[in-house]
Amino acid sequence: MQALTNRAKAVDRRPMTFAEKLYIPAIAKGMGITLKHIFQRKATVSFPEKKRDFSPVFRGLHILNRDEEGRERCTACGLCAVACPAEAITMEAAERKPGEENLYREEKYAARYEINMLRCIFCGFCEEACPKDAIYLSETFAPANYQRKGFIYGKDDLLIPDPKEGK
Amino acid sequence: MTLLSIDWFFIIEKVLLISGVLVLSLVVAMYSTWGERKIAAWIQDRLGPNRAGPMGLLQPLADGGKLFFKEEIIPNTSNRFLFILGPSIAMLVACMTSAVIPWGDTLTIAGREISLQVADVNIGILFIFGVVSMGVYGIMLGGWASNNKYSLLASVRAASQIISYELPMGLALIALLMMTGSLSLKDIVEQQRHGLWNVVYQPLGFFIFLVCAFAECNRAPFDLPEAENELNGGYHLEYSSMKLGFFLFAEYINMFISSALMATMYFGGYAFPGMDKLGLDGNMVTILGFLALFIKTLIFIFFFMWVRWTVPRFRYDQLMRLGWKVMIPLALVNMLITGALVLARQH
Repeated sequence: MQALTNRAKAVDRRPMTFAEKLYIPAIAKGMGITLKHIFQRKATVSFPEKKRDFSPVFRGLHILNRDEEGRERCTACGLCAVACPAEAITMEAAERKPGEENLYREEKYAARYEINMLRCIFCGFCEEACPKDAIYLSETFAPANYQRKGFIYGKDDLLIPDPKEGK
Repeated sequence: MTLLSIDWFFIIEKVLLISGVLVLSLVVAMYSTWGERKIAAWIQDRLGPNRAGPMGLLQPLADGGKLFFKEEIIPNTSNRFLFILGPSIAMLVACMTSAVIPWGDTLTIAGREISLQVADVNIGILFIFGVVSMGVYGIMLGGWASNNKYSLLASVRAASQIISYELPMGLALIALLMMTGSLSLKDIVEQQRHGLWNVVYQPLGFFIFLVCAFAECNRAPFDLPEAENELNGGYHLEYSSMKLGFFLFAEYINMFISSALMATMYFGGYAFPGMDKLGLDGNMVTILGFLALFIKTLIFIFFFMWVRWTVPRFRYDQLMRLGWKVMIPLALVNMLITGALVLARQH
């Protein structure tokens, strides 16, 4: 029979020699191995205190971006919702009223913007689809929650803080 | 202070000593569970318990507390009396063996010589054997009274395993006794204090005793009575709460006692090289001797754990074959050789 990989090894079915039947050398060898492991570096990462770095292409929680003047970039065009294979995104559009020019960059904005983090598969298609560079995937992940509704993130969870207010 | 012709100091001294030994073995057993988990973790490249207190040192207390507050379940179809008797015997017997082990030489306090041995009976080893073989009754009764097929299988296994391994253990000891000529553990230690450690004369005997001690303590690779993956925990399958805790605890006390016993009989007990040449006063030497015994015991406990996390469990027929076809003949050969040499030296 043709082997699938070149790693297959024939099982040695010869009867054990006397030295092998004693077990002692094999046990001593095994104990040597385990003793070596006692002093080796541990694989555990003590999580809350130490965090591992994410890969540079990691896709985490979404954020809704603002422009340099702190205005929301999203125009509620719905392309992200269309691109979303998990149908995790819903939004409602609204028209910008006079006097709200400092809040929203264009005439239309998202009054409601929700992502269901239980549905989301973090594929990043929304980020690719967005013509306004409004949505990005960050480097954090959704924390645990007691209820399903806690995983539906609205605008207040997703919007990054206003850069002007921070100053 | 002699009242009613009873030496009250003697009684106070013994009561203190007994409590001390009891507390010592309980604390060591408690921290063996911590040590076991730490060593298991380290061998498997993990960190082990490290959340409860510094280095997880409060973990045994948390475990004990948890066991106490767990719901106590006694199966309807079990034999209630025997079900409770099982873990009680296991625990009682485990605590009894420490009585004849000499934990140190004598302390001199206010002119009184206090021996750090609860009872220096002249049949010390025989006592230990008798008591240890009673320990299996706890497992047998507990497993049988559970009225569960896995528990029953486990008790059958435990009984036959103990019988099979007590024989070579006894035979290995006979060879030792032929050399020392005394059953008192104190005498055996004193002989090693002035000569070489017994392991030098009895390497094979020690090895047989070690393997049998693993089997007697139901420790891996001979943990068939509680084989988790075949018998769901075996004899303690139906136990919950502190009754389960007693079974598990008794196992760790047994491990501590067998380690102390091996250190006493083969590795000089409280004697350490050059202890009579230090020029310190008697009490100091006794304390150092106790520490020496304690360290030897801890090394053995570590060895027990190291083996447990290295060697896989034996199959049952392999266990029996090893016991009857390898250990007993080896022990007999060892006995014959020792006997011949002892005889040759006398002539």
